[in-house]
Amino acid sequence: MARRHAWSYIFIAPTLAFFALFTVIPVVQAFVLSLQNATIVGGTFVGLDNFVTLARDPIFLKAVGNTILYTLIVVTAQISVALLIAGLLQPLPARGQMFYRALFYLPLVNSAILVAMVWRWIFNPNPFGLANAVLAVFGLNPHPWIGSSDEAMAAVILSTVLIIPGGGVVLYSAAIGGIPRELYEAAEVEGAGWYAKWRHITIPLLRPTTLYLVVVYTILAFQVFERVYIMTNGGGPNNATITIVQLVYSTAFQFGRYGLASAQAVVLFVMAVAVAVVQFRWLQTDVEY
Amino acid sequence: MSSSAVISRSSRRVRFPPRGYPSGVRWAVADPGRLLVYLLLTLAGVLSLFPLYWLFVTSLSSQQFIVKVPPDLVPREITLQNYQRLFGTTPVVRWLANTLLMAGSITVFHLLFDSMAGYAFAKRQFPGRNLLFWLVLSTLTVPAQVTLIPVFFLLKNLNLLDTYPGIILPGFADVFGVFLMKQYIQTLPSELESAGRVDGASDWQIYQHIILPLCTPALAVLAIFTFQRYWNGFILPLVVLHDSFKYPIQVGLATLQGEFNTDYGMLMTGASVAAIPMMLVFFSFQRYFVEGIRIGGVKG
Repeated sequence: MARRHAWSYIFIAPTLAFFALFTVIPVVQAFVLSLQNATIVGGTFVGLDNFVTLARDPIFLKAVGNTILYTLIVVTAQISVALLIAGLLQPLPARGQMFYRALFYLPLVNSAILVAMVWRWIFNPNPFGLANAVLAVFGLNPHPWIGSSDEAMAAVILSTVLIIPGGGVVLYSAAIGGIPRELYEAAEVEGAGWYAKWRHITIPLLRPTTLYLVVVYTILAFQVFERVYIMTNGGGPNNATITIVQLVYSTAFQFGRYGLASAQAVVLFVMAVAVAVVQFRWLQTDVEY
Repeated sequence: MSSSAVISRSSRRVRFPPRGYPSGVRWAVADPGRLLVYLLLTLAGVLSLFPLYWLFVTSLSSQQFIVKVPPDLVPREITLQNYQRLFGTTPVVRWLANTLLMAGSITVFHLLFDSMAGYAFAKRQFPGRNLLFWLVLSTLTVPAQVTLIPVFFLLKNLNLLDTYPGIILPGFADVFGVFLMKQYIQTLPSELESAGRVDGASDWQIYQHIILPLCTPALAVLAIFTFQRYWNGFILPLVVLHDSFKYPIQVGLATLQGEFNTDYGMLMTGASVAAIPMMLVFFSFQRYFVEGIRIGGVKG
């Protein structure tokens, strides 16, 4: 009996060893670091001072606000668009579905950096920026986009929202494909139109997938960094686009205040876990079909 | 040891629309509503691919066309100037090689060990199994940036800053692959293992000769996803490395952005060069990509 267990532990050992070293211990250390006034040479224990500082720091509060705004808009858009497109793909023949899934997934293969560079180019404040050129076609004036503290955040959000969320499309598409035809046929017998079928069969049965996507997309949105870093050089005019992770990066690696940066990261972690718990409560369901 | 009970994944593909239904284009144009759907979807797809297209077009355009207003959607002149400048003045080949080293070794590690861990969590009972698995799962919700600073200090204490191991070893701690493999292996019938034990196989033999061969699709997906994530790795190498010759491609490209003056031509060219290997990988393994999303969830 014990020998069986030995093998189990051997099987998990390599991955868990690195996991413990580079994930678990650092998470614990991050929590500890946030209670210190730490720089590269060492730190002194200061209790919750860092958190008090953050609560009073308008830039940090702006970062939290931006992150939340970004997350709300982006996640809502991504889920809606993914669901909509997957729904449109539903009646298509198998080969058509495969083609479109690939079409929508392909752009995601490339890195956030690449994509951010292109969007930086598109939302360039100069008249030759692509967004302004498109506006010019419609006879509208060029906008300053990432050059303006009013519009920079909108540009960053737009750059995410205008991309089709390929992963979500594929996941929803697969999930929809698994819903038994009989349910739809039964509804048709009762006279249900496409909207009723969509609303009362498809959407409720997709709940497990929706939960998964909402949680994952939220976590990813909370962590937005590359987009902001590339498009607005980390913060934009007057810190218009500053986000929490961007602040963690600059506080730690440009200002050297590691304790404070850890505190920022802990706030982010707490936010992410709290939101995930709420999302599970809200969307968790035992769906079987 | 027989694996004749293998359930082939491809044989599960459901056929829809059922036979007898008109296929493809005829079906699409049979109904104006459907035609509209196809058109809308294609439009959305084109929009989706546009940044990629623009990337390649700009890389092949000369400076004057890049700043032209309004910009030409289809370039009138193709030039290789940008590529010449890129390869001539930046260590881009070195950067690509660095990225291959980094992403490649991390992928190999995960291919070797994630299936082992996934098998243990999926099929084997042992004390602490559930607790450990939930610990592993819960850290997926932790943003990487939370551990960034402690990992940085850890690497510093191990004298691994500005080294290749410094950017490779933390990648070994990624547990997404364990989750993926556990999901997949869970669906394999337990009778196979029992058959193996009846035949007198040891634990390792069961893993190596029964479980592992059946994991090929999941392993392919794991390889692609892992390679993609680390090919695109940015923040850890940015923070750990100082020597620009060790930079992976994404970090190298980021340094091409000047404070005031950005050579867009060269930048887009660099981005195109970085995109090409990933696109090649995508087109080769496309079938596995699409299937992979269904097995382990999405990170995109």
